[in-house]
Amino acid sequence: MTLLCLTGLTKSFGGLMAVNEVSFDVPEGAVVGLIGPNGAGKTTVFNLITGNHRADRGTVLFEGTDITRWRTHRIVKLGIARTFQTIRLFQNLSVLENVLAGCHCRMRSGPAAAMLRTPGARREEKAALERALAELAFVGLAGQEMQLAKNLSYGSQRLLEIARALATEPKLVILDEPAGGMNEQETAALIGTIGRIRQRGITTLLIEHDMALVMKACERIVVLEYGSRIAEGTPEAVQGDPRVIEAYLGTED
Amino acid sequence: MRNKSLYIYGVIFAALAVAPLFLNPYWVDVLNNVGLYAILGLSLNLIVGHAGLFNLGHAAFFAVGAYTAAILNTQFAIPVLWLLPVCALAAGLFAAVIARPIIHLRGDYLCIVTIGVGEILRIALTNDIFGVTGGPNGIFGISRPTVFGYVIRRPHEFYYLIGAFLMITIFLFHRLENSRFGRAVNYLREDETAAEGSGIDTSHYKLAVFVLGAAWAGMAGDIFAAKMTIIAPESFSFWESVVMFAIVILGGSGSIPGVLLGAVLFVGLPEAFRDFADARMLIFGAAMVVMMIVRTEGILPQRPRLYPLPGPGGAGGKP
Repeated sequence: MTLLCLTGLTKSFGGLMAVNEVSFDVPEGAVVGLIGPNGAGKTTVFNLITGNHRADRGTVLFEGTDITRWRTHRIVKLGIARTFQTIRLFQNLSVLENVLAGCHCRMRSGPAAAMLRTPGARREEKAALERALAELAFVGLAGQEMQLAKNLSYGSQRLLEIARALATEPKLVILDEPAGGMNEQETAALIGTIGRIRQRGITTLLIEHDMALVMKACERIVVLEYGSRIAEGTPEAVQGDPRVIEAYLGTED
Repeated sequence: MRNKSLYIYGVIFAALAVAPLFLNPYWVDVLNNVGLYAILGLSLNLIVGHAGLFNLGHAAFFAVGAYTAAILNTQFAIPVLWLLPVCALAAGLFAAVIARPIIHLRGDYLCIVTIGVGEILRIALTNDIFGVTGGPNGIFGISRPTVFGYVIRRPHEFYYLIGAFLMITIFLFHRLENSRFGRAVNYLREDETAAEGSGIDTSHYKLAVFVLGAAWAGMAGDIFAAKMTIIAPESFSFWESVVMFAIVILGGSGSIPGVLLGAVLFVGLPEAFRDFADARMLIFGAAMVVMMIVRTEGILPQRPRLYPLPGPGGAGGKP
C-alpha cells in the first residue's frame, strides 16, 4: 500500500527550478532513499512534503489525504515527522525537553489546565515523560536527559533529532542526512536504529550521501538530478543505471 | 541547593509579610509600586522572556485595563474588584486584535510595531477618544476597592491586596512555566522552524501567550486605577513600557525570581537614592551597560526545569 504519493511536484526559487515535476511513491513499511548530487533538490522535496515550502504545482498525498497546502504542525499531527540537514535542536534546553517537544502534538492540556494542575494534565504529563524517556533509550541516549542539547556530540545531536521526531508518533519519518558528521561506528549504529524504526512499523524516507548506508538500509532508491527524477528502483538496479553513473561521475566525451 | 533557596524565599516572604508594621506609609507605597511592577513584569515575562516576542508597548495593555476599570466604575458604579475579569478580557481582546496581523513579524519589526501601538493608544487617550477617557486630565473619582465590606484605603491595606495578587500570580505562572504550554513557548523562542516541525502550532502559541500576558497587565491596570483613584494618559507612557521591559531583561528573562528582583532594582532602588536624584540615572545607565556586557541572560537567569526521572542517574525533584 502506498503511504506517501508525490505527483508532479514543482518548485522554483526565482529563476532556479529547484524541483521539477517530481513524482514517486513511498510504500508503507519501507525504507526509501532519496539520493542525488549536491543541489539536486532533495532537501527541497522534503521541505515540500513537510510544508516548510509551498509547492508551485503538484500534489502530496499522505494516506490518500491531500496535504499539499497544509501547515507543518498539522502535517506532523497527521503522522509525518522529520529531522533537519542542519541540526535544529532547541540548543539551550535539556535533551529531555527536546524530546518532549515531539510529545506535544499528542497532548491536549492548555494554559488553564496547567495553572489549575488538573488530574488530566498531570496524567498526560506523566505519560509524555515516560514516552520521551523511552524514545531516548530507543536511540541510545538514555542517561543524558538533563544535559543541554548543545553539549552533546554531533552524532548524538542527530540521534536526539530522530528521538524528537519519533516522539510525535509518526507513520512516516523523514531523515535529512542522518549520518552527516557521524564517524564509522556511529553510522553503523544508525543503520541498526533505522532497522529498528522499521520493525516498529514506521516508514522511513531518507536523504544520505553515505552510499554504503543507503545501499544497506534502503530497499528502494529515488535518484534526483537538477530537480528531476532520473531513476528509481532497488539499490542494485540504481547502481547499474547508466544515467545515475553519469550524474555522479560525469561522462567522458 | 533547592532547599537552601526555598529557605531564603521563606525568610524574604516572612519579612515582607510584617514589613508594613515597621515602615512609614511612604515606604509602604514604594513597596506597593514595586509589587505592581512585579506583576506587570511577570506578565511581560511570559511574552518577552518565555516566548521571545519583543514587546515594547506593554503599557498599552496596562492602560486598557486601567481605563476599563475607571470608566465602568465611574459611569456604572461597578465595584473595582468585580471588574478584574472584565479588565483582563478587555486588555486580552485588545491584544488579540492588534497582535493578530503583526505577530508573525520577526523580533525587531514586532518591537517597533508594539512601540507604535503603545504611543497611538496614549495619544488616543489624550485626545479623549469616544469622549469617555477624559482627555489629558484623565478620569478621577474611581472608588476604593472593598473586600468583604472592608474598604481598602491606606497604603498598608493596599500592600496586602497587591501582595495577595502578586502571590497568586507567582503561584499560577510557576505552574504555567512547568507545563506543556510553558515548554511550547520556550520551543518557539529557541527555534521557531524546529518547533513547528515538531508539531507545535507556533502562530497559535505566539498569539495565546501575547493575549495572556496582556490580560494579566489589564488586571494590574484595574488594581492601579483603584489605588490611584485618578488615572491619566501620562501614567502609560513609552517610558513605562521601557521600565517593564528592562525589569524582565535585567532581572532575568524567563525567571520569576529574576523579574521580582528586577522590579525591586528598577522601582524600589531609585526611591532609596532619591537624595542623589541627578546622578541616579547616570549610575543606572552605567549599571545596565555593564550588565549587558558581563551577564546578558540577566541577574537571575531562567533555570532548567526539573523532572521526576527514575533511576539513580535521575535529576529527581518535582518541578
